[in-house]
Amino acid sequence: MEKENLRLDEIIREENIVFKKTPLLTDKVFSYCPGCGHGVVHRVIMEVIDELGIQSETIGISPVGCSVFAYDFMNIDMQQAAHGRAPAVATGIKRCWPDKYVFTYQGDGDLAAIGTSETIHACNRGEHIAIFFINNGIYGMTGGQMAPTTLPGMKSSTTPYGRDTRLMGNPIKITELVATLPGTYFVTRQSVHTAVNVRKLKKAAKMAFENQKLKKGLSFIEVVSNCNSGWKMSPIQANRWMEENMLPFYPIGDIKINGNFVKRN
Amino acid sequence: MADIKLMKGNEAFAEAAIRAGCDAYFGYPITPQSEVLEYLTAQEPHKRTGMVVLQAESELAAINMVYGAAGTGKRVMTSSSGPGISLKQEGISYMAGSELPCLILNVMRGGPGLGTIQPSQSDYFQATRGGGHGDYYTPVLAPASVQEMSDFVKLGFELAFRYRNPVVILSDGIIGQMMEKVELFPQQPRLAEFDQSWVTTGKTPDRKRNIITSVDLDSARQEKHNQDLQKKYQRMRENEVRFESTNCDDADYILVAFGSASRICQKTVKIAREKGIKLGLLRPVTLFPFPAEEIKRLGRQVKGMLCVELNAGQMIEDVRLAVENNTVVALHNRMGGMVPTPEEVYHAILQKFSIE
Repeated sequence: MEKENLRLDEIIREENIVFKKTPLLTDKVFSYCPGCGHGVVHRVIMEVIDELGIQSETIGISPVGCSVFAYDFMNIDMQQAAHGRAPAVATGIKRCWPDKYVFTYQGDGDLAAIGTSETIHACNRGEHIAIFFINNGIYGMTGGQMAPTTLPGMKSSTTPYGRDTRLMGNPIKITELVATLPGTYFVTRQSVHTAVNVRKLKKAAKMAFENQKLKKGLSFIEVVSNCNSGWKMSPIQANRWMEENMLPFYPIGDIKINGNFVKRN
Repeated sequence: MADIKLMKGNEAFAEAAIRAGCDAYFGYPITPQSEVLEYLTAQEPHKRTGMVVLQAESELAAINMVYGAAGTGKRVMTSSSGPGISLKQEGISYMAGSELPCLILNVMRGGPGLGTIQPSQSDYFQATRGGGHGDYYTPVLAPASVQEMSDFVKLGFELAFRYRNPVVILSDGIIGQMMEKVELFPQQPRLAEFDQSWVTTGKTPDRKRNIITSVDLDSARQEKHNQDLQKKYQRMRENEVRFESTNCDDADYILVAFGSASRICQKTVKIAREKGIKLGLLRPVTLFPFPAEEIKRLGRQVKGMLCVELNAGQMIEDVRLAVENNTVVALHNRMGGMVPTPEEVYHAILQKFSIE
């Protein structure tokens, strides 16, 4: 044991460090379940703000849901919004401070159920903000109930026999929906289940912040993520299930860039 | 030279907002307060002072836009009427919990439900008891004239920032719609500096990051937060009580009425005095904090009090609590948009207190 520690001491040296936690993440331990995608998305957004050097000009808005305490982890000025109202809160800030960077961080229940109206109208007005939409097809915080994005047949604590679309309606593809609105300038769907996807999300996140300088409309980034606790799976199983079930229904890729639809085969 | 104009109450409120250096207004149309948004958009205050005006998609969105902007230290306001104010209660509760300043105008109409577009005072309970979920209060100012629709904007913002709390101006369809002369105060500058101890305008290296939130799952901390809020409301009770007395010094009987009802009662006092009845009028200007001490004092002096309200009798509960059974407290009320005449109130006095 002692021998191993000595070996680690030799390895952990400044010149050997290839990865560091961004100072824009606090030292607070994440409240998220091991295997959850929230932590990675938090890191990516904070790294982008750090690299762009805009901490002093950025205001984030946390939702109601698992990420309600995002402000405990993100080392920036933040507001906590009522359930679903984050795009309205962001609008209030951005209209008063048009040169600041404003983003919301919302889950599927927050953004696509109770906050549908605020989401659609902020997108349609073309508020110059960024919306990060974490879609794991379930209400995590309240214990795994059906979300507006729960897949047909998918089990949750309120669809214990699977989502029957005849009774419970269909999952909503809100990202495709907001892409049709003239106010959205950049609409994309990403994921964080592989290193390659994390890098792609980071590129998209960077674009979402840089777009705010252009004042040409809203940037909307969906991140398809897992909820291994809510899905009752191991993290590895959950990522596999996500690839096999979520991604065919919610395909990854850019939908709209610089205000124009991306051609897809 | 005084700047005197003939204006509707709602217009005077909107003009006063621009002049008070308000930074932003977020609203949604509803009768009888739509003139506020109409006046503001017609004035293009973004050209006059740089003030932001935005018609939101709903009252829910409007109050949450107010929340966001208020969280950055700006002077922000919204306006609505009963049904819309009900929708805004979620946001008002969050703002009280997060200790954010803002100004909210309620031009009351009759309820419950969609009710009527005619004037009423039936949102008294809602306004003076907090209105939304949780233990909180907001200072409530009740204007009785177009002049006060203007003056209370300035006072309202002062109170909102003094206590970092939402402030409600509880008007009604009469005060909002009627035209009177109003002396407008001169243009004040918009805020240039912001209290960096709490606003979310971006974390700079010289200060800690600021967070606007009302949530805390630690019960001990949440209790402390609630105790601190209650202390703040107590300071309001001690320092912000406002009322207006008319002929109360020698009165045998007192009318207690606020807002438009008090305007009717002013005439009733004249009628009664002409007939030799020593009648006075106590008008609460702040409904929270309520002028309980003054009413208690008058209760020891008079033979009876008559509450005149355009509702089922809501303020009368506060009056009864205040007088502590020292005098008889009766009610004359109308509802659903009906308004009593001064003579009707006069006859109610005679009848309720068996005056020959």
